Amino acid sequence: MNPDQSQSFEIVVREDFSDVTFLLEVRHPMLARAAKAGQFVIVMEHEHGERIPLTIADFDRDAGTVTLVIQAVGKTTREMQKNCLAGTTLYAVVGPMGIPSHIGGKKKVVCVGGGLGVAPIYPQARAWKESGAYVIGVLGFRNRGLVFWEDKFRACCDELIVCTDDGSAGIKGLVTEGIAQAIAKHGDIEELVAIGPPVMMKGCAEATRAHKIRTMVSLNPVMVDGTGMCGGCRVKIGESVKFACVDGPDFDGHLVDFDDLMARLTRYRVAEKEAVERWQASCRMPGKEELVSETAGAIDDRPSTDG
Amino acid sequence: MAKKKTIRTIPQERTPVQEQDPAERARNFEEVSLGYRLEEALVEADRCLQCADEPCVRGCPVGIDIPGFIQKIAEKHYHGAYDIITDTNLLPSICGRVCPQENQCEGVCTVGDTLEPVAIGRLERFVGDMAIKEGWANIPYIEPNGYRVGIVGAGPAGMACAADMAKAGCEVVVYEAFHQPGGVLKYGIPDFRLPNDVIDAEIEKLRRLGIRFECNTLVGRLFTIEQMVTEMGFHAVFIGTGAGYPSFMGIPGESLNGVLSANELLTRCNLMRARDFPNFDTPLQPGKRVTVIGAGNTAMDAMRVSLRLGAEKVYCVYRRTKAEAPARVEEVHHAEQEGIDFHWLTSPIELLGDSANAVRAMRCIRMELGEPDDSGRRRPVPVPGSEFEIETDMVVFAIGTNANPILGQTAKLKLNKRGYIETDETLATSIAGVYAGGDIVTGAATVIQAMGAGRTAARGMKAYLGLRDTDSVYTPDSDDPAGRRFGIPVEEHNFARVRLR
Repeated sequence: MNPDQSQSFEIVVREDFSDVTFLLEVRHPMLARAAKAGQFVIVMEHEHGERIPLTIADFDRDAGTVTLVIQAVGKTTREMQKNCLAGTTLYAVVGPMGIPSHIGGKKKVVCVGGGLGVAPIYPQARAWKESGAYVIGVLGFRNRGLVFWEDKFRACCDELIVCTDDGSAGIKGLVTEGIAQAIAKHGDIEELVAIGPPVMMKGCAEATRAHKIRTMVSLNPVMVDGTGMCGGCRVKIGESVKFACVDGPDFDGHLVDFDDLMARLTRYRVAEKEAVERWQASCRMPGKEELVSETAGAIDDRPSTDG
Repeated sequence: MAKKKTIRTIPQERTPVQEQDPAERARNFEEVSLGYRLEEALVEADRCLQCADEPCVRGCPVGIDIPGFIQKIAEKHYHGAYDIITDTNLLPSICGRVCPQENQCEGVCTVGDTLEPVAIGRLERFVGDMAIKEGWANIPYIEPNGYRVGIVGAGPAGMACAADMAKAGCEVVVYEAFHQPGGVLKYGIPDFRLPNDVIDAEIEKLRRLGIRFECNTLVGRLFTIEQMVTEMGFHAVFIGTGAGYPSFMGIPGESLNGVLSANELLTRCNLMRARDFPNFDTPLQPGKRVTVIGAGNTAMDAMRVSLRLGAEKVYCVYRRTKAEAPARVEEVHHAEQEGIDFHWLTSPIELLGDSANAVRAMRCIRMELGEPDDSGRRRPVPVPGSEFEIETDMVVFAIGTNANPILGQTAKLKLNKRGYIETDETLATSIAGVYAGGDIVTGAATVIQAMGAGRTAARGMKAYLGLRDTDSVYTPDSDDPAGRRFGIPVEEHNFARVRLR
């Protein structure tokens, strides 16, 4: 343990949404007080761990807690899934990082969350609602079994469109189907906010481009420090290069070079794969073959858990 | 009485220091320089003339009494040498290793006019390392004065400022965004130049002064500078956050995989210990043929780290000549010894990728020196038609940094047009009680310059808080020939100096 950490980062609540997605509520009163929608934290599970950026999914200023929703796709996140139980502590939690989302001044907005992006879009939807906007939520899941927080979203959205790949809940199709529905019904949408896998955010940006609806996306590239020091998280925004950690993480979706982002997310793929394999061999998880095949696609979806 | 030393009577040759063999050390992270052994230190200490005008003291950014501590070494009174150094510098093991002495104390050494200068840095390191080994720590008697001081950034500037403010009696809290204190000493400078246990030992000394380090704290975002002053009860604040924000060149191909900043490479390797992957979780895709752009100290570190990570070939590409390289002479020398392939007068123009979006080659152009530019150095100009390619699978940019934007985004601090914090000569910023120093004020510089800035700011902060400057040595007036006033002996005049316990 670090002798100087007067804070200890205790996990007070742990909840599992599926066999890969889980929630941690971490006690950090100062962070809960400072956090705003759109910001992220960097977490280290243990002293030998890597620093992983996680978008803040919720914060409770009264309880002094911050909520993180994590998808177990890489070595670190799987290890967290195994070890991070209520009552345990994290080695490091630092944040809130990034420029808070600019919220307010719009009458009607769409908040889109897909997969793991569902959790971090929640504080945005809530903040937009608090700003007086009419909020349309669009959430995408693979199937009914993976749906979570529907009640929380219903409480802060004027309309909620749930989309599943197989149609087992809500409408059948990707979030872009939901967006198309919302745009068809409302001609006066002023802004769309999307958080999810890069390919989904790219789809959202394409869906709104023709309608000239301002579209903000939250980028989560590979980063180390999260304070602007390493430059690993650089992204192409129009003609310029920005660092997602200090210039973002929110950017104009119509200007983001998503192909560049997706290519750069593969940088440490070989080492990541090696780490997962070693880890699995070392802990011999029951039914690991099943888990590998299930999350193979998820790694492509959300490689936010490296560096 | 010993005969007075002259340039003819002292040992003529600078005492060499034992180093790890280049071929061997290029494959490990152990320290390159092994440091003086006792007998070597004694021989080298004997080379100091103890000259009257002491140019070395003025050449030192923190003004260490260099002849004084060397004399103590010569007298074999090593603890006395340590006492003298720690009067002005709490971190001798660090400074002895990473200061650019050739431009400072050793650059103006009187012996150096005729022979090689006294190896002051090596002697300082010798004393500092002995102190760590023997467990010496000079903890001054500190009288709490009730003032609280907040320091932002636990790097060299913050550490130096914290030490001075703690010695003056303030309650000092140092905030650090990373999970460990040390700043660039930890994430940037590799172990083979400055081992982590040396940094930890020096930080431990700061803790023994009562300084508290709070890691995982991103000031600006978790709380603002203004909140530190208004809500958190800090009477003075020092900002030493470093420059951060690495520069790239804006040439095609920079976002290819395998292209990264020296900061990223060094942080992954040094702080996050990617070199011990998979025992540590942070990954690093090591290159087989690494090209580093730039020729400063950070560039040298990036090259030598790449070698140790297993690169077969490491190139340095720099648009000027070796003479203009900003790195310390010793660092360039070590890099050359270890087999780095230097391309002087070469500038990259494009990075070429393969089908997997990974870098495979760098297109360069030869340069020649033209007319002098604003900096007085001859400006490199491209030689038409001299383009060529270097086959490479990893490209590291080490061409400097820009100002980190976080505090500018979150505090109403006056910044200059390049984004660095504006200060006056006491290093006071535009917010009352808030001081700043180091790279976030000057742009990228050296560790000792940052430490010097931390100490300058500490003087300003003490004046702001109305505290006596415990570091200034009282000199009796010349109209007081007897050196006595009101019957008080001279040595007692300086009553405010820190009393050693």
